[in-house]
Amino acid sequence: MKKIELMNNRSIPLLIALAALLAPYIPGVPLFWVSLLNYIGLAALVTLGLVVLTGVGGMTSFGQAAFVGISAYTTAVLSVKYGISPWLTLPVSILLTTLSAFLIGLMTVRLSGHYLPLGTIAWGIAISYLFGNLEYLGRYNGISGVPPLSIGGIELIEGRQVYPVVWLFVTVSVFMTRNLLDSRTGRAMSALRSGKTSAEAFGVNTTRTKLIVFVYAGVLAGLAGWLFAHIQRAVTPSAFGINAGIEYLLMAVVGGAGHVYGAIVGAAVVVLLKNQLQDILPVIFGQGGNFESIAFGALLILALIYARDGIWAAIDQRFSNRQRHINRDARPLETAPARQGDAALLTVEGLTKRFGGLAAVNDVGFKLKPGEILGLLGPNGAGKSTTFNLLTGVIPLTEGKIWIDGVRVDGMLPEEIAARGVARTFQHVKLAPEMTVLENVALGAHLRGHAGFVRGMLRLDREEEERIFAEAMRNLERTGLADDAFQLAGNLSLGASRMAEIARALCLAPSLLLLDEPAAGLRRFEKEELAKLLSSLRADGMGILLVEHDMEFVMGLTDRIVVLDFGTRIAEGTPTEIQRNPAVQEAYLGGLQ
Amino acid sequence: MSVLLTATDLSVSYGKVVAVHNIAIELPGSGIVTLIGANGAGKSTTLLSLMGVLPAKGKVMFDGIDITRSPVEERVEMGISLVSEKRDLFSSMSVEDNLRLGCYRRNRSHGGEALEEVFGRFPRLKERRHQLAATLSGGERQMLAMGRALMARPRLLMLDEPSLGLAPLIVRDIFRIVTDLKDSGIAILLIEQNARAALEVASAGYVMELGEITTHGPAGELINDRRLIESYLGIRQ
Amino acid sequence: MDSTITLFLVQDGLINGSIYALLAVAFVLLFAVTRIIFVAQGDFVAYGGLTFAALQQGSVPGSIWLLAGLGVIAGILEFLRERHTLTRPRILGILAGDFIAPLALVGVVILVAPYDMPYLFDMALALALVVPMGPYIYRICFRPMANASVLVLLIGSVGVHWLMIGLGLLFFGAEGYRAAPMFGANFVVGPVLVSAQSLLVMGATLALLVGFYLFFGRTLAGKALMAAAVNARGASLVGISPSFSGRTAFLMAAFVGAISGILISPLTTLYYDSGFLIGLKGFVAAIVAGFASFPLAVAGAIAIGIAEAVSAFFASAFKEVIVFSLILPVLIWRSIRAPHHEED
Repeated sequence: MKKIELMNNRSIPLLIALAALLAPYIPGVPLFWVSLLNYIGLAALVTLGLVVLTGVGGMTSFGQAAFVGISAYTTAVLSVKYGISPWLTLPVSILLTTLSAFLIGLMTVRLSGHYLPLGTIAWGIAISYLFGNLEYLGRYNGISGVPPLSIGGIELIEGRQVYPVVWLFVTVSVFMTRNLLDSRTGRAMSALRSGKTSAEAFGVNTTRTKLIVFVYAGVLAGLAGWLFAHIQRAVTPSAFGINAGIEYLLMAVVGGAGHVYGAIVGAAVVVLLKNQLQDILPVIFGQGGNFESIAFGALLILALIYARDGIWAAIDQRFSNRQRHINRDARPLETAPARQGDAALLTVEGLTKRFGGLAAVNDVGFKLKPGEILGLLGPNGAGKSTTFNLLTGVIPLTEGKIWIDGVRVDGMLPEEIAARGVARTFQHVKLAPEMTVLENVALGAHLRGHAGFVRGMLRLDREEEERIFAEAMRNLERTGLADDAFQLAGNLSLGASRMAEIARALCLAPSLLLLDEPAAGLRRFEKEELAKLLSSLRADGMGILLVEHDMEFVMGLTDRIVVLDFGTRIAEGTPTEIQRNPAVQEAYLGGLQ
Repeated sequence: MSVLLTATDLSVSYGKVVAVHNIAIELPGSGIVTLIGANGAGKSTTLLSLMGVLPAKGKVMFDGIDITRSPVEERVEMGISLVSEKRDLFSSMSVEDNLRLGCYRRNRSHGGEALEEVFGRFPRLKERRHQLAATLSGGERQMLAMGRALMARPRLLMLDEPSLGLAPLIVRDIFRIVTDLKDSGIAILLIEQNARAALEVASAGYVMELGEITTHGPAGELINDRRLIESYLGIRQ
Repeated sequence: MDSTITLFLVQDGLINGSIYALLAVAFVLLFAVTRIIFVAQGDFVAYGGLTFAALQQGSVPGSIWLLAGLGVIAGILEFLRERHTLTRPRILGILAGDFIAPLALVGVVILVAPYDMPYLFDMALALALVVPMGPYIYRICFRPMANASVLVLLIGSVGVHWLMIGLGLLFFGAEGYRAAPMFGANFVVGPVLVSAQSLLVMGATLALLVGFYLFFGRTLAGKALMAAAVNARGASLVGISPSFSGRTAFLMAAFVGAISGILISPLTTLYYDSGFLIGLKGFVAAIVAGFASFPLAVAGAIAIGIAEAVSAFFASAFKEVIVFSLILPVLIWRSIRAPHHEED
């Protein structure tokens, strides 16, 4: 029975990988194939960076080849012109690549939408032309005579000798990347892909996180560049041009940009294909064409039409296991001390937002105490969502003041407001669909953890991760979603997604909870459950601001209600007072007579 | 009264999430039918799928012809028009260009007459015919969207929350125009957040909840339905 | 820098800038209508120029086979896509449009190519061969990806670029060609020598830009295309089908590319892969315009043409480095100005 266990879903790919790793040492395997494997390894390193950058972080780069080039030229210049040993140039190459990636990244990550990939095309081309035109770098001839790597006096010249070095780099990088993605930083990175608004609402500094991702991808490309220079023993600008950059992107798309192993699969497919095409196609079509370009172009288009998620996505569905062990005995995460006293938790004065000349919110003010549920009502387009976005710092306000716990927060960034114990949900659900429900919810506890990039990569964050996931699970149980914890969030119904957003918000251990239409799309019994949950949170002293359309729900649950119409506060009072208020009836309940 | 449009077993999904589930709707050849329900109930989705903008499962018949697989432009050509919730105007083009494009697919040969007719119905649009659509006020934008739909002289006009974001006086104007249109013989399917106002002008109504139709019947009956009033107004007598 | 050099650089910049301007307009149009950032735009320049050059030299341009192949593939796909709703006129229409017409054109070219034909005839034939490739490419590659993100479409257009480059080498070979000018005359204007061909380029650019202006401003078809660019759903609601606007936009883009290639082919030696860099510079101008404004795109294109001429004069090796580095600040400025699109 032991054997069957060994053959479980996860070990099959591992065994295949192990077999592949030993392949070059099987007698009779031609050297040519070993060098191909080496090139696959180099390409896989660059593509791994692209997977993190594109598939996880949502930033597409056409320019990764430039970083390969920066590192390759650095080590080539140092070892050829100054005779420095390759092992000593490694840190210099990586440092220079890191620095360039940091500087280029500072500009690039600020680009939004499709400007970002366009930017990478621009600097990708500029850098490759720079390589080709600098006298110091040998112009279009590049630099030749780069020394090989050597270990203990033995020069690694032949493919079989280099092979272990290349694949050691690949294995370690894959391992570190997997660790990184399964960490607090990794969750923040993944959350970015589905938009920054929700990540920022839970305290993720998006610019910094994007920069980390960008530099990480650059460093992996740099590693590949350093290896490349010493394996190829020469560097020429054409290897680092925009076409090479596009080829790496092709590898990521074909392999599966969302998966670590997709990088290796994609690199293998493209490198092998390129090689075979170079051999076969001219035989079929005669000399003279650039056939691999034709074949790759067609492959890319077909992949985008028929298999946009890449090869690994199909494999992953068979082998993936999204379960995760939850240690219920993990020490709970620290919680800020409960608030004392009766002072207002949230105070809003003269809140105004004008878009152009139009006032979407006009001079709105109210107060919210701990242990109170305040309803914000109004017809569609009355300015409720705008008010919400002003309170959470998503959009800047035109005028007015906001205090949370006596501290002015207007003008603060969303992540700074979150750090003051404010959690929110969204009217249009913003969960990352390709992450599990549990991981989505765990993002809520981002500010309660501390493990950074390095600790995550080296797996020194396990204890804290256990605590975060225990907390996430507790909140899923609280919202009745424990059974869906390991589902992908994209598969949840609208009602369940809303509950998952509430669970995520609770993970922040907020003192103030802002809910944007939490009952929309819920069934009757689900609404009752939600009402119970909110009542118990109120009993614990949480302050809750509720924007909601379902009048029955609002009337039954809230302590006080503020009614907006055309951006202006038209009434405030208890539910009973509001129901009797003629202005409210006119605005909200209609009647044309 | 003859039947103009029937939808049976109509379902619309966004990925794996079902937004509209197996609904059936029947619209007569004239008069106003209203579709009411809370935010997120699936009303706009229903209209978009009837228009062919969103792909749907089920069957849709218009005037005896199966249009289930017909693309939007064919439905426009047959006489269905939708004024969407977002209005979807051509903001950087003039009012007149917006209107003239309204008869791009249908009624083009009578475009001139149709334009005069629309200007007759909405004199404000005539005053602003050379202005860019982006410079119009909320009410004027709604008028332009309706005017553009009317340029095709549709047989069925679908209106998605025409009163959204408009001041009460303008809402009154819009409702008066909707009633006029009904009197001129156009069949109208109306989504309206203001349930009472909608039921007052409609002859029949459908109530949607969570993607399903929970109640339907003559408007006069629905308006006195206590459960409906409660869920809308949260008032329990 | 004396005034002669200045004038010379300005003239050089204006010629290049005119071509970039045309391409920029095509980029902007295509993006607005289809959301595709079509990096293969420049390849139409090479195809147009080289096809024209081949016809002028009396040889059969290889690009005829691409046209025929694209037509047949598009036709087959059309049959497959509509297999449930095909009617007899539709079948005849597809046969005529996608099979017979391109193949007939191929036949004509093979028959006519060896003879010395008038300049304008060769020009028209080159256009007839290259321009239909635009809509075919849209139908084959992009219509199946209609709902994809801008990013996926961008990567797809890179695929098209690779295909066109690879096929271009096959069709036209690795050597460069230069066509004979339409007018060989030169004028001396003050201290500067101006060739008639360069005046032709600028004149044709101006005429085309005016033509676009009239097309979008005065015709219903132009307004319909503009409407699809401004609000895709609104256009669909009045019955402008997205596939029609996509095809039309690609038709115009291919036309602009091909005619640019034909115009510059007497001024510069074109290679099978020359189009990419030319296209990218038009593309930089489109970025300057934020993919939205036609006048800004034209202004940006002229500015890039002049910047290129100036940097070519002072640091010719670093011309491309300078031109492409200039994009970055523009991109950052554009990004900061772009409104948030994340909210629905």
